[in-house]
Amino acid sequence: MRLLSTLLIGISSGSIYALMALALVLVWRSTRVVNFAQAGQAIASTYLGYVVITHTNNYWLALPVAMIAGALIGALSDILLIRPLNRRIASGPVKEIAPVIATLGLLGLIRSLVGVIWGGDLKQYKAPVSINGFTFGHTTIPFSRFNLLIVFTAVAVMAIFAFIFQRTGLGLALRASAFQPEIARLAGVRVDLVRTVGWAIAGATGAIAGVLITPSTSLSPNSLDLLLVLGFVSAVIGGLESLIGAAIGGAILGIGLALILEYVSTSLAFPAAFIVLMLVLIVKPSGILGSKAGRDA
Amino acid sequence: MSLEVKNLFVRHESIEAIHDLSFSVQSGELVAIIGANGAGKTTLLRTLSSLKSPAGGSASWNGRDILNKKPEDLVRQGILHVSDGKTVIPELTVKENLSLGGLWRKDKQDVAHATNEVLELFPILSERASQRADTLSGGERQMLAIGRALIARPKLLLLDEPSLGLAPLIIDQIFTAINELRNRLGLTVLLVEQNAMGALGIADRGIIINLGKLVAEAKAKDLINDPGLSAAYLGF
Repeated sequence: MRLLSTLLIGISSGSIYALMALALVLVWRSTRVVNFAQAGQAIASTYLGYVVITHTNNYWLALPVAMIAGALIGALSDILLIRPLNRRIASGPVKEIAPVIATLGLLGLIRSLVGVIWGGDLKQYKAPVSINGFTFGHTTIPFSRFNLLIVFTAVAVMAIFAFIFQRTGLGLALRASAFQPEIARLAGVRVDLVRTVGWAIAGATGAIAGVLITPSTSLSPNSLDLLLVLGFVSAVIGGLESLIGAAIGGAILGIGLALILEYVSTSLAFPAAFIVLMLVLIVKPSGILGSKAGRDA
Repeated sequence: MSLEVKNLFVRHESIEAIHDLSFSVQSGELVAIIGANGAGKTTLLRTLSSLKSPAGGSASWNGRDILNKKPEDLVRQGILHVSDGKTVIPELTVKENLSLGGLWRKDKQDVAHATNEVLELFPILSERASQRADTLSGGERQMLAIGRALIARPKLLLLDEPSLGLAPLIIDQIFTAINELRNRLGLTVLLVEQNAMGALGIADRGIIINLGKLVAEAKAKDLINDPGLSAAYLGF
C-alpha cells in the first residue's frame, strides 16, 4: 500500500512536471530557444487565475482565464522579443545564445512586475475538489481527489496535443516548421505565424501547470522556479525533441522523486531530481526518446 | 505572364555570386540555366524565391516585383521553388509532405483533385503514402518534392538541379515528367542544371552562366550544336 500510494503521488506530481516539459519542448522544437521565461509566463498567468478565484471563487473559470493569459504572454514574447532578435542577429554564436539570455531577462522582468502588482507575500487558493487522501478501510493514502484531477487534466491536455499534432493542418504546419522551416516556407506555410502559435500553446500549457500546482504549494513571484527546473529535467529525460518524451520524462521524474523522498530522505527533494536525471542520462545519453545523432536542424 | 530579371547582383558571403544578370522567361516557356558547380545557379533561384536578398537589380513576375518578399507570399502568387538537396521533410510521411503543399489553399476540393493528379503522375508516391520521406530513394524524393509543388497549382516552377545525385534512368524519368507537366499544364519553368544534355533536351532555350555571369543565351538546340560552347561549358 505504501508503494502504491507513493507511485500514485509520483504520477500526480509527474503530470505537472510533464505539462511544464511539454511547454518547454514545444518552444524548443519550434524556435530552438530554451525558454527560461516559461516560469515567468506561467507565474503571471497563475496570478491572473488567482485574481479570478478570489473574486468569483470559481476555479473552473480561473483555469481558462489563466490559459488565455498564458497564450497571449507566450505569443507576445515571441513577437516582441524572439522575432526581432532573430531578425537583427544574422549568424554567429550570439544568434544561438541571445534569445536564451533574453528569456532569462524576461523571466526576471515578469517576476518583478508580478511582485510590484501583487506583492511578494505568499498567496493561496483552494483546490476545486478535496485534497484529503482517499480512504480504504482504515488506511488513508496521501493521494487525493485533487491529485486524481491533476492526472486527468494532464492526460486530457496530452490527448488534445496528440490530436492537434497528428490530425490537424495546424499540427502538420507546426511539425513542418519545426523540422525544416525553409522547406515549410517554400511549401507556403507562414512559418513565423506558426511559431508564434507554438509559443501561445506553450504559454497556455505552462499556465495549466501553474494553476494546478499552486493549491498544493503557494503562490509567490518565484514559486514556479522549481517547477521550471523540474520541467527542464523531464524534458531532457524525454530527449528534448519529443512531446511524448516530455510526458514520459515527467512521469519518470515524478515517480523517481516520490520514491526517493519516501524511501530515502525528504531532505533530498532538490538533488533527487538531478540524481534521476543523471541515472537516465548514464543509461541513455540522448534521453528516453531522443535519437542518437540528434535531429539535424 | 513572364519572368523578367534585370541587372541582378547577389552576394553570397563575401563573394559576388551573381553579377549583372539579365534574362527573361516567357509564359509557358521552359528555360534551362546551365552552369558548373559554383556558377551561382542555386543562389539565383534562392534570390528569385526570396530566400535570399539581392545586392542590386530587379526581378518581376507578371509585372510584380518578387525580390525581398516572403517566400510563402510568392507561393500564393504561383511561384514554387523546388530546392535541391533536402527537398522533402524527412520526418514526415509522404502523405504529410504532399498535404503540406496544399495547407494554405482555401479550395480544399481542388487540393484533393490536385493530389490525385500528382498520385497519377507518380504512382510510386501512392504506394509509399504512409512511409516516412527519409525511406524514399533519391528519385522518389524528387517526385515528392515536385508533387508537393504541383498541389499549389503553380504557374512558375523554379527547379534546382532535379537530376542531382540520381541514376541516369531516373534522371530521364524526371526530365520526361517535367516536360510532360509543362506541356499539359502550360507551366512556365526555370530549370537550373549541371546536367546540360538532359536539361537542354527538354528546354526551349538555354542560358549558360559561369561565375555568376551570363556567357551565352540561345535556343536549346543551337546550344547543344555549338562545338565551342559545349566543349567549354557543357562538358561534352
